[in-house]
Amino acid sequence: MTRYIVKRVLMLLVTVFCAAIVVFTLMYISPYDPARILLGGDPTPEALEAKRVALGLDKSYLQQLVTYLSDIFLHLDFGDSWVYGVPVMSELAARLPRTLIVGLCAMVINVIIGVGMGIFAAVHEGKWQDSAIMVIAMAFISVPDFWVALMLIILLCQRLNLLPAFYTVGDWRSYVLPIICSSFGGVAVNARQARSSMLEVIRADFVTTARSKGQKESKVVMNHMLPNAMMPIITGLGGGLSMIVAGSAVIESVFSIPGVGAYLLTGLNSRDYPVVRGSVIFLATFSGIIMLLVDLAYAFLDPRIKAQYATGRRAK
Amino acid sequence: MENVKRKPEVDGLLVTRENPVLSFAGRMLKSGGAKLGAAIFIFVVLFCLVGPLFIPYGENDIDLTSIACGPSAEHWFGTDTMGRDMMARLMYGGRYSLLLGIITALFSAICAMTIGSIAGYFGGRVEMLIMRFMDVWASLPGMLLCILLSAAMGSGFLATVLALTVGGIPGGVRMLRGQILSERSKEYVEAAESINCSKVSIMFKHLLPNCVQPTIVQTTMSVGTTMIQAASLSYIGLGIQPPAAEWGAMLSEGRAYIRTQPHLLAVPGIAIALTVLSINLLGDGLRTALDPKLRD
Repeated sequence: MTRYIVKRVLMLLVTVFCAAIVVFTLMYISPYDPARILLGGDPTPEALEAKRVALGLDKSYLQQLVTYLSDIFLHLDFGDSWVYGVPVMSELAARLPRTLIVGLCAMVINVIIGVGMGIFAAVHEGKWQDSAIMVIAMAFISVPDFWVALMLIILLCQRLNLLPAFYTVGDWRSYVLPIICSSFGGVAVNARQARSSMLEVIRADFVTTARSKGQKESKVVMNHMLPNAMMPIITGLGGGLSMIVAGSAVIESVFSIPGVGAYLLTGLNSRDYPVVRGSVIFLATFSGIIMLLVDLAYAFLDPRIKAQYATGRRAK
Repeated sequence: MENVKRKPEVDGLLVTRENPVLSFAGRMLKSGGAKLGAAIFIFVVLFCLVGPLFIPYGENDIDLTSIACGPSAEHWFGTDTMGRDMMARLMYGGRYSLLLGIITALFSAICAMTIGSIAGYFGGRVEMLIMRFMDVWASLPGMLLCILLSAAMGSGFLATVLALTVGGIPGGVRMLRGQILSERSKEYVEAAESINCSKVSIMFKHLLPNCVQPTIVQTTMSVGTTMIQAASLSYIGLGIQPPAAEWGAMLSEGRAYIRTQPHLLAVPGIAIALTVLSINLLGDGLRTALDPKLRD
């Protein structure tokens, strides 16, 4: 097991490293000139050149890349924002909790409600409850989450005045809508996945055995079927999470939450590269860590992976 | 020569063959969901392609006598704050959104199929390299890559297609490689190898057609998700930009008038949701029709 954990942690580091290189390269090849955008107006060629030198943009690709990578990975220094002059690291540290609250709560809702719906549908296979849940799941997958967010703002915030439409500091109610809207797609995906993997075990012999010995139906479902149906569900979690992380930029911009995703968008708009790089690395690390935890949980629950690493050979 | 056009009856067996396309369509449309999906999808396509012929406004025509009006007999879905007819914008915007979704899904499927078959068929070091690369690629959240690419490359149609394509490739590669691995050891591949078929022709002529079914379902479904992603991109100010009437860009424009003109937000959103719903329903029907386990 240790070998597996070490391997997965290494993999996470490689991923974050690659994310850093990718974001750097993409910004480097982008045709926009940050110096021009930062200076605004119609700057003189000398002023432009001076700004480029000040930002370090005059150096070659490799020189810039090496400086930037060593700053980040050796000194944990994300630099200062080119526009505001504040350290990116402290800004990100202040913003991360807001993104985390939305992301993690949405993930918990995804799992509990989504898997619950899936199990309920599978147990009532072919009846109206099953069809109703599948129709709901289909609808949830098909609507864009940011549009649902806008519609809920119109309904709950403007017409009924129940919740605040925008983020206000220290008001927990302003997290309610973002969390609900971020979890829409995930609930549906989990419900469909849970239903289909429950249906695969529902006619298995061990279920018949459990029933025939007079086990209570709830115990049959929770103790016999669910653990065996859990694997594909867990695999799906990682994907669901990365949807939430990536979607954080959109949802945060709808609700004006000052989180990491919104920071990324601000950075992109003003070509503030330290901000862009910092937010991307933070988002990639955050989603990487959760995927790592999901994978470890999977390995812990699946005896086949354990066995594979126990014998040290690749089982086929 | 006389063997070439031998009819089935000659063998003494009367083989009645049904048209494979028709029987496939029949299987696919057996469920009510798929029928509904097909109906909505055809309606949306007709609405976007043929619709503009029947209305007197263009996508950017301004009617100064009715600015920011609700639905009326003249403008069925109302007008926006510049006096542009929402129905016309919806029709022209739909062309963008549908094209974006379909082209991106196809493009990403083609890339994934090529890389996946190379990895699956050659195996060994090539496969190891490709799959490690895909692992890292897949662990970067797709939408994040998409946002970055779109910001780096600017807002044209092609740039947006490229940005949207990137996220879908690793998943497709993994799926196809898995399929190819399970097909590779079958007899027909051995037979092809033994008559000295070239590797390229084994890969694309023999293996791929037998592995492509899950990819077809996946591609259909991804048309829907891509349309949602494209709309999100335009909403946050990347991708297709106003005044082009892409559905997401229309939502982005309508955002400022959420208090006074909610119909500017409701209409494009419903259009996206309906279209994506129809594509997902079709995809589900396709899955049922293609999956031998679910067939009977």
